[in-house]
Amino acid sequence: MSRVEIRSYFPKSDLVNFAVLACLILIVLPLSMDIFRLNLVGKYLTYAFVALGLVLCWGYGGILSLGQGIFFGLGGYCMAMFLKLEASDPESTKIQSTPGIPDFMDWNQLTELPWFWEPFYSLPFTIIAVLIVPTIFAYIIGVAMFKRRVGGVYFAIITQAVASILTILIIGQQGYTGGVNGITDLRTLLGWDIRTDSAKYFLYYLNAILLFACLFFAQWVRKSKLGRILLAMREREDRVRFSGYDVSNFKIFVFCLGAAFSAIGGAMFTLQVGFMSPSFVGIVPSIEMVIFCAVGGRMSIFGAIYGTLLVNWAKTTFSESFPELWLFAMGALFIGVVMAFPGGLAGLYTDKVLPFCKKFIQKTRSGKKPQQIKVGPPKNDELASPDLAAVK
Amino acid sequence: MFADYTTTELVSIFAMQGFAGLILFSVFVLMALGLAIIFGQMGVINMAHGEFMILGAYITYIISNLFSSYLPGLFDLYFFLAMIVAFFATAALGALVEWGMIRHLYRRPLDTLLATWGLSLILQQIYRSVFGAREVGVSLPDWLMGSVPLSDMIEIPINGLFVMGLTIIISVSIYLLMFRSRWGSQVRAVVQNRPMAAAVGINTEKTDRRTFALGCGIAGIAGSAFTMIGSTGPTAGQLYIVDTFLVVVFGGAQSLVGTIASAFTISQSQSTMEFFLSGSMAKVLTLLVVVGILMLRPQGLFALKMRH
Repeated sequence: MSRVEIRSYFPKSDLVNFAVLACLILIVLPLSMDIFRLNLVGKYLTYAFVALGLVLCWGYGGILSLGQGIFFGLGGYCMAMFLKLEASDPESTKIQSTPGIPDFMDWNQLTELPWFWEPFYSLPFTIIAVLIVPTIFAYIIGVAMFKRRVGGVYFAIITQAVASILTILIIGQQGYTGGVNGITDLRTLLGWDIRTDSAKYFLYYLNAILLFACLFFAQWVRKSKLGRILLAMREREDRVRFSGYDVSNFKIFVFCLGAAFSAIGGAMFTLQVGFMSPSFVGIVPSIEMVIFCAVGGRMSIFGAIYGTLLVNWAKTTFSESFPELWLFAMGALFIGVVMAFPGGLAGLYTDKVLPFCKKFIQKTRSGKKPQQIKVGPPKNDELASPDLAAVK
Repeated sequence: MFADYTTTELVSIFAMQGFAGLILFSVFVLMALGLAIIFGQMGVINMAHGEFMILGAYITYIISNLFSSYLPGLFDLYFFLAMIVAFFATAALGALVEWGMIRHLYRRPLDTLLATWGLSLILQQIYRSVFGAREVGVSLPDWLMGSVPLSDMIEIPINGLFVMGLTIIISVSIYLLMFRSRWGSQVRAVVQNRPMAAAVGINTEKTDRRTFALGCGIAGIAGSAFTMIGSTGPTAGQLYIVDTFLVVVFGGAQSLVGTIASAFTISQSQSTMEFFLSGSMAKVLTLLVVVGILMLRPQGLFALKMRH
C-alpha cells in the first residue's frame, strides 16, 4: 500500500481519535486504577468487540442483529472448554467417580468425555475454533436469511429466536455444557495461572491490542469501497442490486465479521473473568450489547467503545449503590437514545461539540466576530434515514 | 419411545397433552392476536407487549384481592370485572405510549424495537417495586376449580375450558371488529395505503392510536386469562415475548387466521413433545422447526398478497 493510500484509509481526524483512545486504554486507565477495577474495565472492553461488530452490521449495513450474544457466547464457550479441560486433569479430579473429565459432567453421571470436547485439548485448535465456529454459524444464518432477502425486523426477530434456542439448549444439556452455572472454576492456560495480578495485567493489554487490531480492520472496512457499498445498500438496496452487486453477499460478509469480532470478545471475556455462562448468550444480554453501540453512536467505531465503557461503568456504579434504579436508568437510556440522540455520543460530538469548538477557535484566533463558517458535514447525512431500507 | 405404553394409554396421553396444548394455545392466541394487530397491521415491533400482558395480570390480582376483602359475596364474578378493567387500563397505557413514543418512530421500525425494550425494562422495575419480586397468584372462584372427567384416564380442568371459551369469544369479536365494522375497514385501509386512506378522509393518526390501544388492550385480557393458569411475576412477560413474535411471524404477519393456525401448531407440537422429551428439548425442537420453516418460507404460512 502506498503512503497516499494509507492516508486515505486513515485521515488525520481518525488518527487523532485512535491516538486519544490508545492513550486512554493503554496508559490512563491502567495508571489510575487498581487491578480489580482494571480487570472490570477489561471485561467491559470485551463487550466493545461486540459493539464494534454492531457498528459495521447495524450502522453501516443496516442489519440489526439481536443475537450477538450467540457469537460472544460461542467464542467464550470454546475458550472455556479448553481451560476447563486443562483444569480437570486426572490428578486434580481424582475424587470424582470418573477422574479426568470436567466436574459438572461427573455430577451429571457422564462417564466419558463427549466427542465434541475431545479436540479442545489442543490450544491451536481452540484458537481456530473461537474464530471459525461462530463465523460458520453466522454464515449459515446469513445465507439462509439474506439470500431470501429477509431483513429488517424479521431478521431481528429470528436472531432473537436463535439466541433463545441456544440459551435453552445450553441450560437444558447441563451434562455437556455445565447448564445454568456455565463453565466455571477455570485456572490455568498452558500451566500459566490466569488468576494472578500479573496475568490480569497481561490479559488486559492483550485484550486492548486485539481490540485495536479489530478497530484498524473496521476502519479499513469503513473507508474502503466495501464500506461505501454497505452504506449505499442500507439506503437504497434495490439500486445497489440493479447496479450489479450481489447485495446478500455483502450482508453475509459484514454479519460474519461482526460475529468474529464478538467471538474474540467472548474468548477474552472467559480468559479475564474466569468463567462463561448462558447469561451472556440470551436475549437480554444481546439487546444490552446493542444499546452499548447505540449510546456510543451507531455510525462511529470509536463511539462504540466509549459507549460500552460508559454504559457498563454506569451499570456497575448504579447497581452497587441503587440497584432498583438501574433498570429505570437503562430503560430511559434506551428510549432517550432512540428518541433524542439517534446518533449517540458520536453524533452529539460531530453535530454540537465540534462546531462549537471550531467557532470558539476561530473567535480567539481572529479576535473579531467570526464569519458564518460552514461546519462539518451537512447535518450528518449518513444518519439522515438510518433504517430506510428496513421501512420498505 | 412409544413402545412402553399401551394403545389406550397413548390415546389418553395424546388427549391430555393435546388439551394442555390447547390451554397454551389459548394464551398464545390471546397474546399473539394483540401483537398481530400491532405488528402485522402497523408494522410496529412492541417488545413491551409481554409487560402489557403482565399489567393485565396484576390488575386481575388487585381486583381479586379487593373483592375478597370488600365484596366477598360477589367473589364469584370478580373475574369479569377484572377483565374489563384490565382491557381498558392496558389500552389507555397503550394509547399513551403511542402518543408519547411510537408515533415519532413509525419511519424507524428497528428503533421502535429498542425504545419499546427500554419501556419494558421500566415497566418491569415498576412491577418489582410495587408488587415485589416474588410471583403472585390469584385465588380462583369455586366454580372455576375442579375438572370434568371424560373417561377413566382423561380429565379436563374447568379453568382451561373457561380460558378456551374466552379465547374463542375474543377471536370472533376481533374478526368482527376488523372485517365487519367501519373502524376495521379504516384500519385495513391505512395499512394497505396510508396516503390514499388519508386522502379519502380517514384520520390516520387517530386510527393508528386506536389500533395500538386495541392491541395492548387484548394483551391486558390475555394477562387476565393468564392468571387463571399460572402465577405472575415481574419478568413473566419477557419469557413469552419471543415465542409470541415467532407465532406471529410464522403465521404470516398480516393474517389473523395465520396467527391462530400457527399458535395452534406451535403449542400442540410443544406440549405433545414435552411428554416424551424433557421440556427444554421440546421447546428447542419446536423453535428450531419454526425457525427452519421461516428460513425456507420467510413470508410465513399465510402470507397476504399485497402491492408495495
